[in-house]
Amino acid sequence: MKQKELLYFIAFVIFLIGVGLLQSWNVAFGILNMCLISAIMALGVNIQWGYAGLFNAGIMGFVALGGLSAVLVSAEPVGEAWSNGGIGIVASLTILVITIAMIFYVQKMFASPLRLWIIIMVILLGYWLFQGLFSAAVEQIESFNPAFAGYLGGLGLPITLSWIIGGLVAAGGAWLIGRISLGLRADYLAIATLGISEIIIAIIKYEEWLTRGVKNVTGLPRPVPYEINLVETHWFVDLAETINANPIAMASLFVKFCYFGLFLGVLAILMWFSERALKSPWGRMMRAIRDNRDAASAMGKDITSRHLQTFILGCAVCGIAGAMLVTLDGQLVPGSYTPLRYTFLIWVMVILGGSGNNWGSILGGCIIWFLWIQAEPLGYVLVGFITFPFEDNHWLKNHLVENAAQTRLILMGAILLMVMRFAPKGLIPER
Amino acid sequence: MAAKLLVNQIVYMSFLNAIGMSGGYGTGPNIIHDCDLRVGEGEIAVVVGPNGAGKSTAMKGIFGMIQLRKGTVLFNNHDITDLSPSDRVLEGMAFVPQNNNVFPSMSVEENLEMGAFIRADDISNTISQIFELFPTLKNKRRQMAGELSGGQRQQVAIGRALMTEPKLLMLDEPTAGVSPIVMQDLFQRIRDITASGVAVIMVEQNARQALEIADRGFVLVQGKNRFTDLGTALLANPEVQRSFLGG
Amino acid sequence: MDFVNAIVLFCNFVLVPATTYGAQLALGALGITVIYSILRFANFAHSELMSWGAMLTLFLTWYLQSMGISAGPLPTALLALPVGIFGAIAMALTTEKLVYRFYRRQRASSITFAIVSVGVMFVMAGLTRFMIGPDEQVMVDGQRFLIKAIEFKRKTGLQEGLAIKTSQVITIVVAVTMAGALFWFLYRTRPGKAMRAFSDNQDLALLSGIKPDRVVAIAWILAAILATLSGTLYGLDKSYKPFVFMQLLLPIFASAIVGGIGQPVGAILGGFVIAYSEVLLTYAYKRFVTYLVPRDWAPEGLLQLLSTNYKFAISFIILVVVLLIRPTGIIRGKVL
Repeated sequence: MKQKELLYFIAFVIFLIGVGLLQSWNVAFGILNMCLISAIMALGVNIQWGYAGLFNAGIMGFVALGGLSAVLVSAEPVGEAWSNGGIGIVASLTILVITIAMIFYVQKMFASPLRLWIIIMVILLGYWLFQGLFSAAVEQIESFNPAFAGYLGGLGLPITLSWIIGGLVAAGGAWLIGRISLGLRADYLAIATLGISEIIIAIIKYEEWLTRGVKNVTGLPRPVPYEINLVETHWFVDLAETINANPIAMASLFVKFCYFGLFLGVLAILMWFSERALKSPWGRMMRAIRDNRDAASAMGKDITSRHLQTFILGCAVCGIAGAMLVTLDGQLVPGSYTPLRYTFLIWVMVILGGSGNNWGSILGGCIIWFLWIQAEPLGYVLVGFITFPFEDNHWLKNHLVENAAQTRLILMGAILLMVMRFAPKGLIPER
Repeated sequence: MAAKLLVNQIVYMSFLNAIGMSGGYGTGPNIIHDCDLRVGEGEIAVVVGPNGAGKSTAMKGIFGMIQLRKGTVLFNNHDITDLSPSDRVLEGMAFVPQNNNVFPSMSVEENLEMGAFIRADDISNTISQIFELFPTLKNKRRQMAGELSGGQRQQVAIGRALMTEPKLLMLDEPTAGVSPIVMQDLFQRIRDITASGVAVIMVEQNARQALEIADRGFVLVQGKNRFTDLGTALLANPEVQRSFLGG
Repeated sequence: MDFVNAIVLFCNFVLVPATTYGAQLALGALGITVIYSILRFANFAHSELMSWGAMLTLFLTWYLQSMGISAGPLPTALLALPVGIFGAIAMALTTEKLVYRFYRRQRASSITFAIVSVGVMFVMAGLTRFMIGPDEQVMVDGQRFLIKAIEFKRKTGLQEGLAIKTSQVITIVVAVTMAGALFWFLYRTRPGKAMRAFSDNQDLALLSGIKPDRVVAIAWILAAILATLSGTLYGLDKSYKPFVFMQLLLPIFASAIVGGIGQPVGAILGGFVIAYSEVLLTYAYKRFVTYLVPRDWAPEGLLQLLSTNYKFAISFIILVVVLLIRPTGIIRGKVL
């Protein structure tokens, strides 16, 4: 890394220390942890955009798939729900899979004129069987203890396992979606992925038997100690006393620090793999395809399957980040997934950091998340300044101050536009 | 002083006079070197030469579609070297590119209308003149240009360029990809166009047939003038015959 | 009688809402298509332009209401519409001048344009939410219904009522007028033909003396008019909510692409294909079928193919199917 690029990171750390001194260390560590998760998401998008030039506008969906995995892996299974509707759900999903398999089978095996009708018959029959079993099972699951459960629950396994599973689930989704849409032109791909992410969110929001939907799953187990237990632990209280700190405040910091360690570890591993991949013959080939598709195709490279690989890898990384995000929050809130926050904001990170450069993605993720959080207080200051001429409690002033947080969207847009215009290679350009 | 006189003399003789053009694309190397082309009122000048000789580039140089690094383009006694292509259209030049020279999803008539976009006066007269020149187009006036045959499409392209009532018509390989019969027909029409005093300068691959209708001929090789003479004289020149007309 | 009841039911819950929604989508898709055919990129900021225009219209509506000015039985928003359109045009031309022009000069790739439009989308979304706040606002006033369900039942003696909202009639009238005006402009006027020529063959258009800056400006003006109309009509029909527009982006894009991107007729067709599919597939046919079959055969289930929660999935599935089977769209569009 060049000196200038190192300076960016140092400047980021200085700003973070500033937040720690001026606001609180708790806030600073909170931001830092989210910066790391953002960096991982940006890394995933960079694999797709920077290595292969794929415009994925459905990042939100893959992040959410990771989040869903965190719930399915770590939440306590709801035994009653399983015994009531488990068989029905499993059976109906099996029918769904069989129906889809049948469709492909018919598609391959039968000759032209009859085929369409057979497929329609298969779909109707499959749908009828599925619908009957499925809605009955869903009814049974959702009616059991709806205030606290109302869903199947998860496997009750350690939540860190879900980081791997989340990556795999997102990769599986990416495989399915990539098979369908990767042949499309770049801007069509963007619209198709945008659509897919909305569908994934809709499923997570409305399939309550699976995710509790908008009732949210809360209280997921943590991979790190709980504050409440910490302040009753001897060595911790002793440690707090020796450095003369308030044990309660320190417990909160300690928990965040533990997360920080875990996240940094994951980021380091992913980064190592990404850099290796980028510098390998595979990475050079990917960039060759990106820069001159026709020439690469003429040399006999199978572009669509290469693109599928990168698409899957990038989505898997986003899925890992999504699982980590839910782990950090301890809950899954389907309503919180919006394209501006989980798709386009990540794009701002990648573009600012420098498309094609993994270090740039990390830097972009850190800076943009920092600004995203700090723009809110900044917005209040700014709006306060603009509305200074108005007397207090003037309706317009109140109205604008109320909405000051929205100014951060303007800031993000401005950053994206400025970078695209004046530094299209980003802060740390591709090498 | 002598040079100045000479230039004036040529200007008097020629309607278009491109002198010593050198240039290429963007910041790339020169493709044409000290290239001279000229054509008089009512004349046809034909530019021939092997592939990559810079024929099309020379045309673009005359029309201002590439930046000339050296040389002057005089048109109708004006120095137009620094004008943009659209200003050259206003001066009375018209250009028919080799490819993509019609608006495919617009009707034949609309194509002609678009050709006259810079004109503010009544264009119906010009349109009927073009339909006189190309009667097939009249029947197909409501048809989309993209649905026409290659030869008809070239007619639309030439018609579109003629809509500004230019004094100089520039054609880049007007017979590329059309059958020999259609080619002869097109050449005949191009000859007809010059009857009203319009000057025509065109690049052609079908060198022999083109030189037969040409008043002047230019043979370019590697961006330089190799032979310059009357069309008939070039056809008779044994060296030209051997190297460029296939013996 | 039952048959008539079934038809009325169908009209009330499927035909009328779907036609209205289709008209709104068609107007939005026309805006996408106009920009696509001139500037050759997928404009992600279009739905935010809709939001912006509708917001300005709403502001003036409130002002007019506070002054006691109204349009009688029609919504006041119609009076405010010209100002909203004007504001949207100003916004669109500003983005053209400050943002897009630079990339046009560079002849940047369509994907660069699309990413830049994401930046514009952020700025516009921030501006609207800052100015009006993230909450839902009611836009419609005046006489809400042209035909009320109760009156319809009383007059016809049918069991099923047919309600037609004023906003629905206005939507369809405005959409038809606007589409007609757009086609007249594109096929009968010189600037309109110049736009088509530019879209067809940009280099030849330049050779013919067509000024690119002017064509692009007209394209943005058209897009802004269409965006404000579709945004306001959507707001009148349902309500104004800033974040709804982000969700409209997908069906609008789907309409434009399904119909054949770059083709105005295709955009309208696509809008209706998407709207009808959404409503037809998410409507519960239980009552409809109950009217038509003998009493004993009355269905138990809702007879709903897909929950309304998944209506976005429909526009997506249609989009993907069309792209796979016929990548050019229904009307052969420009696939560059």
